[in-house]
Amino acid sequence: MINDLSITDMVKRFGDFTAVDGVSFDVPAGSFFSILGPSGCGKTTLLRMIAGFEEPTSGDIEIRGGSMLGVPPNKRPVNLVFQHLALFPMMNVAENIAFGLKRRGVDVPTITKKTETILERVGLPGYGTKQINQLSGGQKQRVAIARCLVLEPSVLLLDEPLGALDLKLREQMKVELKKLQAKVGTTFVYITHDQSEALVMSDRVAVMNKGRFEQVGIPQELYGKPATPFVAQFVGDNNKWSGKVVESDLEKVRIETDEGYSFLTKPHGACSCGERADLFLRPEAMLIEPKDRSGLNVFEVSVKSILFDGANSHLLTTTREDNELIVSLPQNHRFDHIEPGDDIAVGWHPDSGICFGAEE
Amino acid sequence: MKRILVFALLTVFALAGTAQAETLKLLTWKGYAPQELIDTFEKETGIKVEVTFSNNEEMIAKLRATRGAGFDLAQPSQDRISYVQKKYKLYQAMDYSKLDSSLFIPSMLSAVKANTLVKDQSYAAPFCWGTSGLIVNNDKAPGVDSFKALIDPKYKGRVSYRLKRPTLIAIGFALGYDPYALYDKPKEYKAMLDKIAETLIEAKPIVKNYWANGDSLLESMRSGEVFVAMAWDAGGWKLHHDNKAIDFKAPKEGALGWIDTFAIPAKAKNVEAAYKWINFMMKPENSGYFSSKEKYATASADALKFTEKAVADNFARSFPQEVINNIKWYPPVPAKLESMEGKTLDKIKAAN
Amino acid sequence: MPRSRMVFWIFFAPVIMWLMLLIVLPLCDLLTMSFRGENDYGDMVWTLQNYINFFDEPIYWLTFVRTCLYAVVTTVIVFLLSMPVSFYIAKLARARVQGALMIMLLLPFWVSELVRIYGWMILLRESGVLNFFMLKIGLINKPIEMLYNDATMIMGLVYTSMLFMVVPLVSVMESLDDSLIEAAHDLGAGQWTIWRTIIIPHCKPGITSGSIVVFMLVLGNYLTPNLMGGKNSLWFTEQIYNQFIASFNWNQGSAFGFLLLVLSSLIIWSGLKLTRQKLGEVAS
Repeated sequence: MINDLSITDMVKRFGDFTAVDGVSFDVPAGSFFSILGPSGCGKTTLLRMIAGFEEPTSGDIEIRGGSMLGVPPNKRPVNLVFQHLALFPMMNVAENIAFGLKRRGVDVPTITKKTETILERVGLPGYGTKQINQLSGGQKQRVAIARCLVLEPSVLLLDEPLGALDLKLREQMKVELKKLQAKVGTTFVYITHDQSEALVMSDRVAVMNKGRFEQVGIPQELYGKPATPFVAQFVGDNNKWSGKVVESDLEKVRIETDEGYSFLTKPHGACSCGERADLFLRPEAMLIEPKDRSGLNVFEVSVKSILFDGANSHLLTTTREDNELIVSLPQNHRFDHIEPGDDIAVGWHPDSGICFGAEE
Repeated sequence: MKRILVFALLTVFALAGTAQAETLKLLTWKGYAPQELIDTFEKETGIKVEVTFSNNEEMIAKLRATRGAGFDLAQPSQDRISYVQKKYKLYQAMDYSKLDSSLFIPSMLSAVKANTLVKDQSYAAPFCWGTSGLIVNNDKAPGVDSFKALIDPKYKGRVSYRLKRPTLIAIGFALGYDPYALYDKPKEYKAMLDKIAETLIEAKPIVKNYWANGDSLLESMRSGEVFVAMAWDAGGWKLHHDNKAIDFKAPKEGALGWIDTFAIPAKAKNVEAAYKWINFMMKPENSGYFSSKEKYATASADALKFTEKAVADNFARSFPQEVINNIKWYPPVPAKLESMEGKTLDKIKAAN
Repeated sequence: MPRSRMVFWIFFAPVIMWLMLLIVLPLCDLLTMSFRGENDYGDMVWTLQNYINFFDEPIYWLTFVRTCLYAVVTTVIVFLLSMPVSFYIAKLARARVQGALMIMLLLPFWVSELVRIYGWMILLRESGVLNFFMLKIGLINKPIEMLYNDATMIMGLVYTSMLFMVVPLVSVMESLDDSLIEAAHDLGAGQWTIWRTIIIPHCKPGITSGSIVVFMLVLGNYLTPNLMGGKNSLWFTEQIYNQFIASFNWNQGSAFGFLLLVLSSLIIWSGLKLTRQKLGEVAS
């Protein structure tokens, strides 16, 4: 498979500060690649280097096999959808979309035709003569993407373009964007701090922290098999215990948490006896009042409050040491009787947890 | 409506300037009221003097704007009084009994009286006099003795004059006219002005600039940028003091003689102070001080006794008797000439 | 309600007084004066003669045309110079440098125009500073007169009016989102295209208001053309001055004053029409 974008050993320093620290990755043609990380992790700098607004301190960027070092943004076969979209308010929708084509010297009939086609494609047929300030947030979004796609770039870069939208619209746009990408087949590189956006849309996701990639993989891998404590915490919700390893073999470790619970779980990497370790457990891994308790880690918690959110409802519980623990609450009416103040038993399978040697 | 406007403005000014001490508001030329004399005057009489600097045209414009109010004493040239008085009534008749006539050179006093006569009353007393002629740098332009030098290609880029009426008159003389004789023949005067305009427009490449500020002209002469200029005698003498090569030269066409006067505006508030100032300035010691400082001769009878020798020497050097006899004293200007001249001046300035 | 209205009038009265006394009344007075004139017998009568004179006498209207053309040329030069300067101040300079640059632009305005002009004259005159140094380093072997020509005059006018273009441009450029420039760059536009399609259209209100101010200032300037332009540069304001002061013809002067007001407003109006803008939008 050809890689549309290939980054090798990219470093970017601003004075003493290293924003991007030795990042390498490849994006295969036609795929949707996301870079997920908290704000300040260097993902925007990385994107701006691909777009050409920053020059890397060292390392190489290749697009379809050609090095982009020293090539100015207006000469690169990539386009960027800006965080705040950066639509030109002095032009109408059609003029915005035609902007890049005009710069390439495309003739007027072709421009008109292409503009109409792309507007249809993003679901805004006949919007050409509208002014930018007449559009809703979602429509602006689509115009911004259309403005780039009409140029048929090798790689389309998107810098948190959904950040400014309200939640409902964001959910909707996520799906649309994914469908759009599948339809046009352009390679997308998408950066976001919202793990749900990354997981929903992407073929592959890179989790970035402090200028480095922590893990690159398909969404299911990141969620199910986080490679580092950071990924475990950043991708999806997780409960965390700290404790000490008391028994250890290749398959299983037993951890005694600082609160005194003793859990059997799955190790990640080497966890030798007597060392400190962190245990991560997803809310949905915990079963409320399990019928068959064999092989499970079971313990008592008391319910503090019910966080009702439809299919995404949780119980906020506390352990006997008063540490908070979030437990998933399936909406199948089995647990309707639970009220704040109740004591309940929860259990989880050793395979659901994951244990990392504690960070120094 | 004008009255309302004036009233409103006066109210504003009255509120603004509630100075209690007696003041004399003097509208005059730069240098005509030396600070030392102002101080002495204040010591002697307790009257404060507020001085506003101006020139003939602006003096008239200022007084016309207020119809002769706002100043207690003005010092226009004698030829610019009678027609202005006829038309706009800016001044009040001079009460010569309040002047100490023994202080004045009798012939000058009577000449000014005669020239400012409007309907049996006279409006001014003489203060000082001088001439417009040439200031010449004899090292760079030896032998210049005519207003023609101002339009002589030999001095290309080294000539400067004011674009004002004295220049028109001077060029008129240089071209062989007698402008004063044409004063009451508007048609012929117009023809002369057209000829003068043509000459001066043609001479534009020759003139370096039209000077507007006396000090900057003197600076250009001193730095050697300008060789020949039309200006007042006193300026030439000031330069001669520092550089013997530069001196005032009365041209052979005759220097243009002017007399600056004292005239009291129609709505002067402090007329008494005005007469006091006139008598004070005409005292020989004060006039002498003024002459020494500003190099102008005054109409004060005995001022020469109190004038520095160097200044007296200037006078002797530049004005031998036959030159004095040849001075072309400005007669009073008839009304219509000024707008004709104004247009001519605009035409010259606008031409490329 | 009546109370707040009274407060409004208390605060508003001085403004109205100011406008009435110092602007409206004198203007009305000038307007009536401009329609008065002497007939052949020397009596004051109502007449259009003062206005007819302007169009009849080539010196007058040619001077006006010349003044306007020079004002337009100066405005264009000021605009061309101010664009990069404003862009640098608004977008490229760091915050501290930005303040310093603005102060440097303001600094010349702490002294009067007369002093500034004399400063230029000391610098440029034949025996001036610039000639001295050029002679010293052997660039020229004879001093040149740099004053008293049109180029110097325009330079002086540009110098005195530059600030009035830079300030509105800086403020309007600061409101320009940097990502618009980057987006245009990203979509394939080069430097010049970005200026033409993004920056200048965005700055249009600032450009227009700056241009109006500069144009009016230059048109109404008196000292600079007079002192630096020297012998060839009859400026229209000087003609008004001459009518009032030298020719004592206040009626003609008033008519010129009004013509200046009306014709310059007309020029600005047609300028706005030409660029399809409204004065209200520009002023806000």
